[in-house]
Amino acid sequence: MEPNRFSRRSVLALGAGVIVATATPLQAASGAQAEALVGKLVDDINDVIASGMSEAQMIARFEQIFIRYADVPTIARYALGRDSRAASAAQMKRFTNEFTAYLARKYGKQFRKFIGGKIEMQGSRAVKSYFEVATMAKLKGEAPFEVQFLVTDRSGELLFFNMFIEGINMLLAERSEIGALLDRNGGNIDAMIKDLAKIA
Amino acid sequence: MAKKAFIPVLVVASLSIGAAGCTQRQAGVEFTDPYEQTNRRAHEFNKELDRAIVKPAAQAYTDLTPKPVQRGVSNFANNLSQPANVVNYMLQGNMAEAMNTTGIFLVNSLIGVGGIFDIAGREGHFARDTDFGETLSTWGVSEGAYIELTGLGPTTERGAVGKVVDFVMDPLASVLTVSQRQALRVASVSKVLEARVEYGDALDSVLYDSADSYTQTRLYYLQSRRYELGTQPQDIIDPFEEMYGTE
Repeated sequence: MEPNRFSRRSVLALGAGVIVATATPLQAASGAQAEALVGKLVDDINDVIASGMSEAQMIARFEQIFIRYADVPTIARYALGRDSRAASAAQMKRFTNEFTAYLARKYGKQFRKFIGGKIEMQGSRAVKSYFEVATMAKLKGEAPFEVQFLVTDRSGELLFFNMFIEGINMLLAERSEIGALLDRNGGNIDAMIKDLAKIA
Repeated sequence: MAKKAFIPVLVVASLSIGAAGCTQRQAGVEFTDPYEQTNRRAHEFNKELDRAIVKPAAQAYTDLTPKPVQRGVSNFANNLSQPANVVNYMLQGNMAEAMNTTGIFLVNSLIGVGGIFDIAGREGHFARDTDFGETLSTWGVSEGAYIELTGLGPTTERGAVGKVVDFVMDPLASVLTVSQRQALRVASVSKVLEARVEYGDALDSVLYDSADSYTQTRLYYLQSRRYELGTQPQDIIDPFEEMYGTE
């Protein structure tokens, strides 16, 4: 079907599709949609890598990209783990904002290494309740390595909620990190959020 | 060779049985770390070593050495690590990778002027490094406890035994002259320094920015090592299920 020529039947089908999508989001998203999302994400990252911006600009762009393509609230909540249940809505909001900026700084700095290289789409497969989209980072003079994005629409929107860089699981690494940060602050969430803002 | 390997295998086997009782979980990753106190001391030492010597030396080396020279030096060191890779691939029964690595070694040695130019890499043929730790893994030896070695960094009981065996069974030992061996040693150190700068952001982030660099190092090391060896369990983490319950 051509996307810009809707017949009445296709509009009806689309409407039905939307209803089904809200009821059972898992069946609605396809591997192709997940790949398309990651494809756009990778294009945006590649643009930033190739742009020749300063590091501060790159990190600011990465933060925007992250907010657009990642299920930030879910990632933040997972990183905080059990303590997210004790956190107030206001704390959760402040934590999520600070955490997003922290991730952009942390991963943004590492993308500097990608300058002159690019990320290529490999394909996707359905796993249980999400899609695993594989990409390959090809940097100059280096063996290519795999970066995987886990994509789902269970938040109501198709977004990625985890990534693996050469097997390293972002959710696990960040839960461990936030846990250590909480320990360092005697379990005080407000103090932890302040501390998080200071991490380069 | 087989005899030399036999004793370490026994050691690893008995160690892993001994450690099997105290499996811990660190946010979803299973491992055993009964030597945590000793490991943490080694970790602090390694961090200090990095801060005081390795990092500044690496910065000085990469600042003073033209990039093509750095590449040539690390290519040379890489190339001479291939014979050991070939031996390990054969021990793993991975003949395809043994052949591939042999091919890359021959091409780079003969056309790449003794390995200074990575001709094979330019054509997109990269040799994947292996070691005796991986060989033990393919033989079914379990990982054992996590260890951080003073001066050498993170590994596991199996990996530590592997390092010893790799050191002893170096297939080039009898081939190289004394001065060649010295050149290789210098090149290998330079390669490490170059890598320290190349992966500097990632390393700095783990070592100096994280709240507990020991646990982050452990998590990163174990996951990437298991990924490399293909022994990472397909652990499905479902944050939605955990946080919002099953639908």
